[in-house]
Amino acid sequence: MTDPAAIAQRVIDLAGDRAEAQATVVTGESALTRFANSFIHQNVADTTRVVTVKISLDGKVAKGTDNRSDDAALSDLVDRTIEAARLSPVDPEWAGFAPPAPIPAVDNYDEATAAASPEERAARVKDFIDAGRGTDAAGFCDTEAMTVAFSNSLGQQAVGRDTRATIDGIHRVGTVAGSAHQTAQALGDIDGAAAGALAAERFRLASDPYDIKPGEYEVVLSAECVATIAVFLGVYGFNGKAFNEGQSFLEIGKQQFDQSINVWDDPFAPGSLGVGFDGDGTPKRRIDLVRDGVSQTAVHNRKTAAKAGVESTGHGLAGMEAFGAFPANAFVGGGSASVEEMIASVDRGLYVATFNYCRILDPKSQVVTGLTRNGTFMIENGAITGAVTNLRFTQSFVEALGEGRVLHLGDDQRFADSEFGVGLVRAPSMHLSSWNFTGGAEG
Amino acid sequence: MFDYATAAVESALAAGASYADARVVSTRTEAIEVLNQQLQSVDRAETIGVGVRALIGSSWGFYATAELTDAAARAAGMRAAAVAKASALVSGPPLDLADVPVTEAFWETPHIEHWADVSLSEKVDMLVGITGTMQGVAGIALARGNLGFFDTLKWFVSSQGHRIHQHIVESGGGYDATALGQQETQRRSYPQSFGQFATGGYETIRAWDYPGNAQRIAEEAAQLLTAGTCPEGEKTLILEGSQLALQIHESVGHAIELDRILGWEAAFAGTSHLELPKLGTHRYGSEVMQITADATIPGSLGTFGYDDEGTPAGCVDIVKDGVWVGVLSGRDSAAVAGLPPGGMVRADGYNRLPMVRMTNVGLLPGDSSLEEIISETEDGVYMATNRSWSIDDRRLNFQFGTEIGWEVKNGKLGKMVKNPTYTGITPQFWGQLDMLAGVGERVAWGTPNCGKGQPMQIGHTGHPASPGRFKSVRVGVKG
Repeated sequence: MTDPAAIAQRVIDLAGDRAEAQATVVTGESALTRFANSFIHQNVADTTRVVTVKISLDGKVAKGTDNRSDDAALSDLVDRTIEAARLSPVDPEWAGFAPPAPIPAVDNYDEATAAASPEERAARVKDFIDAGRGTDAAGFCDTEAMTVAFSNSLGQQAVGRDTRATIDGIHRVGTVAGSAHQTAQALGDIDGAAAGALAAERFRLASDPYDIKPGEYEVVLSAECVATIAVFLGVYGFNGKAFNEGQSFLEIGKQQFDQSINVWDDPFAPGSLGVGFDGDGTPKRRIDLVRDGVSQTAVHNRKTAAKAGVESTGHGLAGMEAFGAFPANAFVGGGSASVEEMIASVDRGLYVATFNYCRILDPKSQVVTGLTRNGTFMIENGAITGAVTNLRFTQSFVEALGEGRVLHLGDDQRFADSEFGVGLVRAPSMHLSSWNFTGGAEG
Repeated sequence: MFDYATAAVESALAAGASYADARVVSTRTEAIEVLNQQLQSVDRAETIGVGVRALIGSSWGFYATAELTDAAARAAGMRAAAVAKASALVSGPPLDLADVPVTEAFWETPHIEHWADVSLSEKVDMLVGITGTMQGVAGIALARGNLGFFDTLKWFVSSQGHRIHQHIVESGGGYDATALGQQETQRRSYPQSFGQFATGGYETIRAWDYPGNAQRIAEEAAQLLTAGTCPEGEKTLILEGSQLALQIHESVGHAIELDRILGWEAAFAGTSHLELPKLGTHRYGSEVMQITADATIPGSLGTFGYDDEGTPAGCVDIVKDGVWVGVLSGRDSAAVAGLPPGGMVRADGYNRLPMVRMTNVGLLPGDSSLEEIISETEDGVYMATNRSWSIDDRRLNFQFGTEIGWEVKNGKLGKMVKNPTYTGITPQFWGQLDMLAGVGERVAWGTPNCGKGQPMQIGHTGHPASPGRFKSVRVGVKG
């Protein structure tokens, strides 16, 4: 059996009257062409199939996963998951399976991307590499095409599919590097030459870096840095589980950010990734998270929503119930300033190309430590005057976006690499009044 | 299963590969999480498939499929070769493989009580009881416990004649208590943050006496809310074993990966501050620092019989008397560097390309003890159990936070402090190592969540360590 929807329904049929069940089937192909030292060294592809069943026996819940889809394997999967549920205690917070509800028509799928050959990825890699002169280029170009089918005992059924393509890489010599990133629904929208040219230009500007003293600096952050901030706000703040547990910074209805800050989640915006339903089978919808600096809501799956006494917002993650809920189609609102205009308005500060290895020190205060990477530039009198060595920061992300601290929002909102995954956030560059750098090259 | 792997290899060779290998991998996992005495999730997963690797010119091609038939295996071999051929558009120097013994073998993780033979109800009951104990402590809002288990069968075949079957058994888990303040959270974990994992059966869980430590852990979390903050400035730093294990992982383990040193991971995981011409002369730390990568340590998480290239597990000196003398390598990276292959290449499933991975990278024990280290410290901070970790792409500039700390004054443990952090630069930091506890306090700490590679793979690594002392370290970094 290969049709994902048929597999999902077969799982429900196999559970029959023995238990309530939910099945999610993900099938597809992903391929990644990786390069380093200016040639392709690893070129991989695989066919994916994941069959996940969740069983409820009067609130005793268990989950099972397998990657086979023949009838014997599906039957074994259902049987062993029912047995696990039988041995489990009742979950008093069990919210039940999703009732039937119409799924928005979303088809974020590009046939050409699904059929992309390794030669097409290699061509983009070549364009990226050729954009540098005398540098070592490294990075990857990948494509992915997935179909997701959902079915449960209550009659909710859904099928969706999507594609994604990314190129991400650096040009470097020794310890100096410049980076660039592009993500899109279609490989045809990925321009290896343009990405390579940007990385090469950033490398050129980053050459001969010097050390500066740590301290508070005015900053212009690239879209990549802003996307990383957004992901931390999502994982540790807007996540309904973190909110329910009291570990989130989130105070709904309170002005927690500068009035210019707007954050929302929209799975229906043009060029989006993903399907029209979440891991619980709940229809997705557009939702405001921060409006004019005021926090609006957490995002929920069925379980966190039930505990909070609200409706699911359609942000459950398949197979990651223990994690909670996450806005995976996030937007950080942009403005009208170009990066050049933002830099021009800085007397003395830093332009940061990417953050690296960010980790949270305390989720409630959103204090995060991390480093700058692939280009940290000194701005003096409205112009970049040179590069500085990478800096460590220890900064509350919520405070950094606080009232009066956001000076400009960029006009360059796009898919940006968030360090924890591609295609999660569309973000602009941002000009902030202050950022707390706590260490330099010498620690 | 060997037949499927053989079919994939034959097909890749017929399609033009100069070398090919294939792994059929069958994995069973079980994950249990309990929060505040309520079961959050029971997740049992099984996967099986074949992944084939084909070498053509300067590039590996890799293809994996979950279809286990002769035809699907042969198709996978062909596609691996086709993917490798596509790399010719942007090719480099031809890749060679260092020689290793061609072996036919079976190896199995020694275990006493397989985790699958312990009932789900016993496991859940233990976690419910522990979280109940922790919830009983005033101020604890979240009491969480989890267990995780892996059972992996591998059948490896290479075009050079390898034929190796392995059965790897891994078990682990832990728990934590979180106290919520107005604008802060404080957490304590046991046996370490993210759990302690090992190769072996359920006996590795029983050995840690989970129930017997729950009350103490919860009380410490609650006390942290009212504790003073970690002092700022340069202090003598004493690290508890699991934190020192993570320090090894981040500032030594990743830095000595030969693929990073060669630039193969430059864009994502990063490179290394280490340069091959300085192998054998570069001073990594003080003379107290003795580090090995030993894949043969019984029970440690990075222990196996053969790596995923068929190279036998072994022990390699990494730092001797403070001098850098060894790397983590595979057959391809070793050939490029002109070094002997270390047998340190593994993948996290049938559908991922094997790459250089830490085995058990750990500190050999010293001749002191934690008690003696504290008694000989006039002014310092003792930090325990990791809470945050961050290090740059060359593995030089790091900052760690731990869950708890205590001031050390005049040879005695003093006040508890919260939000302890320390920061440093790798060689300078290791150069300050002056005391290390002995074999009696050495634990083979396991890291079950090491991310590396694209697509991302999660590796399981071991880090034997005992508590140690570092002079003049910057502590108390604040946001």
